Amino acid sequence: MELLLDSLFNGVAIGSVLLVAALGLAIVFGLMGVINLAHGELMMLGAYTTYVTQLIFKLPILKPFYNSYIIVSIFLAFIVSGVVGILLEKTIIRKLYGSPLETLLATWGVSLILQQFVRSVPLAYGTGLVLSLIIGLFLPTTFPSKIKESINFKYFKFSSWIFAALTGVLTGSLISSSISKLSRASARNVDVTAPSWMRGQVEIIGTAFPKTRLMIIVITLISVIAITLFLNQSAWGMRIRAVTQNRQMSDCLGISTEKVDIITFGIGSGLAGVAGVAVSLLGSVGPNVGGNYIVGCFMVVVLGGVGNLLGTVLASFGIGIMTDLIGAGRLLSIWPDMPLPLSNTINFFATTSMARVMIFALIVIFLQFKPTGLFPQKGRMVEN
Amino acid sequence: MSISKIKFDKKIVLSFWIILIALIIAAPTLLPVFRLNLLGRYLSLSIVALGVDLIWGYTGLLSLGQGIFFALGGYSAAMYLQITSSSEFPNNIPEFFALYGVEKLPFFWEPFRSPFFTFFAIWIIPALVAGLIGFLVFRNRIKGVYFSILTQASLLVFFNFFNGQQKLINGTNGLKTDVTQLFGQMVGSESMQRIFFWITAILVIAAWFFAKWVVKGRFGNILIGIRDDEPRVRFTGYNPVIFKTIIFSIAGGLAGISGALYTVQSGIVSPQFMTVPFSIEMVIWVAVGGRGTLLGAILGAVFINYAKSLVSEALPASWMFIQGGLFILVVTALPEGVLGWIQGDGPRNLLQRFGLKRKIETYPSLEVNNKEGNNE
Repeated sequence: MELLLDSLFNGVAIGSVLLVAALGLAIVFGLMGVINLAHGELMMLGAYTTYVTQLIFKLPILKPFYNSYIIVSIFLAFIVSGVVGILLEKTIIRKLYGSPLETLLATWGVSLILQQFVRSVPLAYGTGLVLSLIIGLFLPTTFPSKIKESINFKYFKFSSWIFAALTGVLTGSLISSSISKLSRASARNVDVTAPSWMRGQVEIIGTAFPKTRLMIIVITLISVIAITLFLNQSAWGMRIRAVTQNRQMSDCLGISTEKVDIITFGIGSGLAGVAGVAVSLLGSVGPNVGGNYIVGCFMVVVLGGVGNLLGTVLASFGIGIMTDLIGAGRLLSIWPDMPLPLSNTINFFATTSMARVMIFALIVIFLQFKPTGLFPQKGRMVEN
Repeated sequence: MSISKIKFDKKIVLSFWIILIALIIAAPTLLPVFRLNLLGRYLSLSIVALGVDLIWGYTGLLSLGQGIFFALGGYSAAMYLQITSSSEFPNNIPEFFALYGVEKLPFFWEPFRSPFFTFFAIWIIPALVAGLIGFLVFRNRIKGVYFSILTQASLLVFFNFFNGQQKLINGTNGLKTDVTQLFGQMVGSESMQRIFFWITAILVIAAWFFAKWVVKGRFGNILIGIRDDEPRVRFTGYNPVIFKTIIFSIAGGLAGISGALYTVQSGIVSPQFMTVPFSIEMVIWVAVGGRGTLLGAILGAVFINYAKSLVSEALPASWMFIQGGLFILVVTALPEGVLGWIQGDGPRNLLQRFGLKRKIETYPSLEVNNKEGNNE
């Protein structure tokens, strides 16, 4: 029983990381049919945001609030990744709608650039750049409607971008002068240390669980609930669902699909940032951190079916629990005296990498029976 | 991509061939061995690019897993070389087996003692694996991005498998070939490398003609039909699954040959051949060169790799930026690739933009030099 509970918990922990990472991907893919290969790098940005936030909270002014940095960084990571995602949508992805394979290649290019960016630009100036992007994109939307409608709006917009750039440079140099760790570019991995209240273990029904894992599960739970509420209760959520179901029809009924695309992509990317916070708690953060998760996320999306959150949830927990069962060879400890050939096979697959092999093979077999995933979209269509 | 393509003049084609053959003969004497070796490697990569062009440029299947077949060919060649030159090691098996306490050659390596078998294994095994993967995927009408994702996932499966199995294939260290013997000579030696260069050059040309033959005629037309409108092909009475499986396994076989040639020239085959970035890189060679143009795939592979080695020697950090930029640029601004742009209306449009050439004002726009089926 205890063993089973342990296994279940581990599986849920693995699955919840996958889930929070795949959630954004699933929404974006469901809406636009776009595969965003830069999703892993958006996660990486979220993880680096956590790292930078942690260092900023070590400054004397913010030292008293150090313990709460992780909560702050969740919001910051959401904003940072979201803004980068919105920018990506506005500049590249929008031009490529209707050609998903081209989008896939372009986003791969973006992911290469982001990786190298983190390696060769000091994090302090990177922070400044992101800050100026945030200000430049959002300041014009806060102007009173009188200015927005005036003919000179573009000049106001332009000056707000200049203001944003100045703020960015100032912040960058301020951070770089006050935190030496961020002032030099480095390709080395960095570590995020959890605040003291998150270290250690909790005992539930006689089994000890690490607190960071619990925290990740909580983050995932909150993200899933928030996104479900948003999609099902808010006006924009309804529009997003409408566009997901039938883009042309929604367009005809007066929904601005352009805005829906931006919002969805922003939220999807923001969720990647939140996933980055979760990932940063598990291990060290490096430019390649997102790459480790991205293929797993795609598997979740493929397995769960497009445009269905329940499918995504079930698929990620399924993959998580299976990974733990196979990778740790748990079947052997649950049923110790199984026949030799079977136990040999299980031992053969009882490493992390071989478990992956097994899982992918199982998914391919599963797709032979249900090619469109657990919960396929209903409807009759020749294409997709 | 129904733009009319300009048919090159016969004289230009002939002189192109003469220059090409002269270059291939002259290269080993003109270039230093290091550069020659690099050129040979890039030429061998252009064979895998041809395969990518066949499945992506002509059939519209974007595979992100060509590295599997590339590495399978490489491993076949490398294992044969290791086995044939292992007579002085204990148990007459390659040296690395002793490190992991393996005393007998694993049974599936047994046939690789024969050069005859290896010669066929290099391309048949990758082609069979590709055919199997392709059939399982295509059978369920999985296509588009789903296909890309599944090929990437299978790439990862193979990578994890090859990376983890020390006892069977030396795991993450890979198999070395440069100190092995072939026909009594060291594979890594200068004279052998020169011979490999010539073999590669000849095989590239052979592969090019083969690919041209494949895309010519009705078979090629169906491939292009699948790319442009698969349901219509199906409704016309053809079964796209068969054609897609065949072309995917042809591409796999080409990748295997390419991998074997690359391995003997680079001196090692390792699971690094099956990493995700390498397989996506293959796509960008084709995209830049011009998908749907076979020559473009070859030129793209050679030039981009040469540029990569030059840039990486000078400014190591900047290659990632350049490569990323290439990906974005080529899909947004040059979807036909460089050669497709030249063969299409690109140069004329450019001249028109600068006012150097008069615009042809017809509606619908007149197709100049319209000849059917010119894909070169």
